[in-house]
Amino acid sequence: MNNLFVYLEIEDGIVSDVSLELLTKGRTLADQLKCQLEAVAAGYQLDKIGECVFPYGVDTLYIADDKRLAPYTTLPHTSLLVNLFKEEKPQIAFMGATSIGRDLGPRVSSALFSGLTADCTSLEIGDYEDKKQGKVYKNLLYQIRPAFGGNIVATIVNPDCRPQMATVREGVMKKEIRSPKLVGKTVKLDVSKYIPDTDFVVEVIERHIEKSKLNIKNSSIIVAGGYGVGSAENFKLLFELANTLGAEVGASRAAVDAGFADHERQIGQTGTTVRPKLYIACGISGQIQHIAGMQESAMIISINNDPKAPINAIADYIITGSIEEVVPKMIKYYKKNSK
Amino acid sequence: MSFKIVVLAKQVPDTRNVGKDAMKADGTVNRAALAAIYNPEDLNALEQAIRLKSKIAGATVHVLTMGPARAAEIIRESMYRGADGGVLLSGREFAGSDTLATSYALACALRKMGKIDVIVCGRQAIDGDTAQVGPQVAEKLGFPQITYAEEIIDCTAKKITVKRRLERGVEIVKGSLPMVITVNSSAPDCRPRHAKLTMKYKRAATLSEKQDAGDDYTNIYNVYPYLNIPEWGVADIEHDIQWLGLSGSPTKVKQIENVVFTAKESKRITASDQEMEDLMKELITNHTIG
Repeated sequence: MNNLFVYLEIEDGIVSDVSLELLTKGRTLADQLKCQLEAVAAGYQLDKIGECVFPYGVDTLYIADDKRLAPYTTLPHTSLLVNLFKEEKPQIAFMGATSIGRDLGPRVSSALFSGLTADCTSLEIGDYEDKKQGKVYKNLLYQIRPAFGGNIVATIVNPDCRPQMATVREGVMKKEIRSPKLVGKTVKLDVSKYIPDTDFVVEVIERHIEKSKLNIKNSSIIVAGGYGVGSAENFKLLFELANTLGAEVGASRAAVDAGFADHERQIGQTGTTVRPKLYIACGISGQIQHIAGMQESAMIISINNDPKAPINAIADYIITGSIEEVVPKMIKYYKKNSK
Repeated sequence: MSFKIVVLAKQVPDTRNVGKDAMKADGTVNRAALAAIYNPEDLNALEQAIRLKSKIAGATVHVLTMGPARAAEIIRESMYRGADGGVLLSGREFAGSDTLATSYALACALRKMGKIDVIVCGRQAIDGDTAQVGPQVAEKLGFPQITYAEEIIDCTAKKITVKRRLERGVEIVKGSLPMVITVNSSAPDCRPRHAKLTMKYKRAATLSEKQDAGDDYTNIYNVYPYLNIPEWGVADIEHDIQWLGLSGSPTKVKQIENVVFTAKESKRITASDQEMEDLMKELITNHTIG
């Protein structure tokens, strides 16, 4: 009762990174709240899930193992969580802000009448005072996210409804094993008790899920372009620089919306979050959603025509100039000086 | 055979084109400075709905939108492109709704619209990017859902087949009707306005718009009843007031902050050959690159 739950996303028997990141965050918050960290896995042939998640500090793992639960479909996974949450009454529940978590989360929140905040960039514990009612709530979950086109950052709380639910994108939280020796408790659920047969109304006929070809998240150098790059043609310069440096190319949402780069290259709150050693921001003005996805880069170089671009505030080096002028020079002088 | 398709659409501030005057000095949003547009993915949804209608004899497309009086524009815009009509859900009781209270209000209005076969809406709205209202409406109505749809491939009286576009691939799923479908921006763009339909519907208006305009076209609304856009308030839907607006919203905004970056000590350099070479040398020497 009153614990912190993480819904585990599983593909081919493997727990996804976003779930492990949420377990890591969940463990820290559970320690702060002095409650348990619990995880729920739904799918087929889940014998190995325990070994994978216990090192992250999971106290209790609930397993619903049934052939019909993989691949994911909405209603059965919803019923499982709703009925389990009714029994266990968690205070907090997290899921990934993926096509699964964003399909499942709102459905569960609606059934339980609990608040859900999508795409959080930070999660903290703190108090909340409702001045109108003169009530103080202790130890609520602060769900922090940029809002309104990124011009503001909002802290959302759910004072009265449980669980307090949040989704977080992959890469936003760090993934860290607590201790390889940890082993928690496993509870096998009787699927028929939680999921009515009538839930299996949507059938997956065909499925092609590819492993992501891009690896922006783990790249140590990223050359990213924004709307200021100007064209898909100019983006080729960025690819050239990236090839020279052994880097990946990223893009801001504005550049993706303008068709300069593919969606999978998008960095920011609604894209990938990255923490490279070097981030070269080309023609990126620096809306908060973008900054949210790259501000932890060890070193940031900003190349921009506008000497007052907001991103410059967090840059280590500010180069005022055009992409066409600066990028070829970087390539030239890197080649000249590297051995 | 009647086959009823309802599109959920939202009028949103154009957050993609936020100008410098979008924020007031006190940190609140200056809505007046932002254009109100048809939420982009709802247009993708409208297109899927119109295509579906063309494949099924006797099918109709109606649009439901919740918002202030001017959101009637969304319904007219939909009619110009091929929708048969729509309903505006409006009233101050709905103000302050989070996604859950919004989905409750929409579900109440949808129940009043009678037997529905398919509900189509955009995956998410650009002013919040939450992607929650579609699934929450589905749950409230007890309908199954198919999210992240790119194309409705096939539909019979009982089953619908949909192609989904996910982060790393595609899925083709088949489910039973009624169904809620949320559509991605990867779906085909919405067709433009149809000239004849635009002529036909340009005077379509809600009661409050007619009153505000103060013109005397009463006659044409009697002759052409399809020009009357129904406007529903709380009194028109069966509801429990505690689930609407602020009281129906479990999430509360604790704090809104303007974004201020803690400035780093940055080094400004020019694009001169000398400075560029020095920079690249420095990055190589300190092993940042190379």
